[in-house]
Amino acid sequence: MTQENLASAAPKANWFSRLAHPGQFLAWSRYLIVPLAVAVVVLFGLGLWFAIFNSPADYQMGDTVRLMYVHVPNAWLSQLVYGVMAVAALGTLVWRHPLADVSAKAAAPLGATFTALALYTGSLWGRPTWGTFWEWDGRMTSTLVMLLIYLGIIALWRAFDDQLKAGRIVAVVTLVGAINIPVIKFSVDWWQTLHQPSSVLTADGPRMPGSILTPLLLMMLAFTLLFALLQVLAMRTEILRRRATSLERQAALR
Amino acid sequence: MIDLGQHAEFIIWGYLGVAVAVVALVGYVLWDGRRVKAKLAALEAQGIRRRSESVN
Repeated sequence: MTQENLASAAPKANWFSRLAHPGQFLAWSRYLIVPLAVAVVVLFGLGLWFAIFNSPADYQMGDTVRLMYVHVPNAWLSQLVYGVMAVAALGTLVWRHPLADVSAKAAAPLGATFTALALYTGSLWGRPTWGTFWEWDGRMTSTLVMLLIYLGIIALWRAFDDQLKAGRIVAVVTLVGAINIPVIKFSVDWWQTLHQPSSVLTADGPRMPGSILTPLLLMMLAFTLLFALLQVLAMRTEILRRRATSLERQAALR
Repeated sequence: MIDLGQHAEFIIWGYLGVAVAVVALVGYVLWDGRRVKAKLAALEAQGIRRRSESVN
């Protein structure tokens, strides 16, 4: 590959623009891959060891508390990834940032997967705890709506050959869909049905003992860094894909 | 094997499902990357280069 050549050919600009240039991104982001991969493996190793072997059963939930160590991180990521896409959408519409489209497109399948896993683990926890796999309560319904928004966004990306046009349309849809994020966040306070309110990020600090908080935080960090790693890899692929598409177009014109 | 209590099957299916999905997601991202790199390499082998990288 000739990424370094491109990096040196890029125009001189301030540090932010330099980071933002797709060729520069390819040059500097490669150094993130190995450290992130190592951190992900170590954190998953530690987190799973605490989650399965070195944490107590909850006094109410029993051992099903262990499902929380995979449910909460995926639920958190389902919203974080949407937040990343919403910021990218602003980047596309307001600043026409060259990496914003790339970031938004790379994030969508990741977010969809994490959201599906949040619903999957939630229903497996709900069956023994609440007595039902599914209930149309505010939190679950709004999370299901978010999964459908993710799938719609992925379909939109694939519907257009012109990815610049797709980027602008997806950006508008992403920002409209962002209204669902506060709905998910506050659903447990607005409609008191089944899903319990927050217990990690509260004004009084976490409402759980350290023995349960330790695996939870380790797994949240592991999943968050896994997302960061996959996002970097998928963005690099997307930049190269666009390069290949423009080369094909160039070849067709010759 | 540790005792996961009376709801062990839910916990095991939960972790298995997450593991399968995460491995599939990582696999997809890596496969997609390789596929695109191979495509670019094939184009460059045909002598098709970016204008910014052409010799003249």
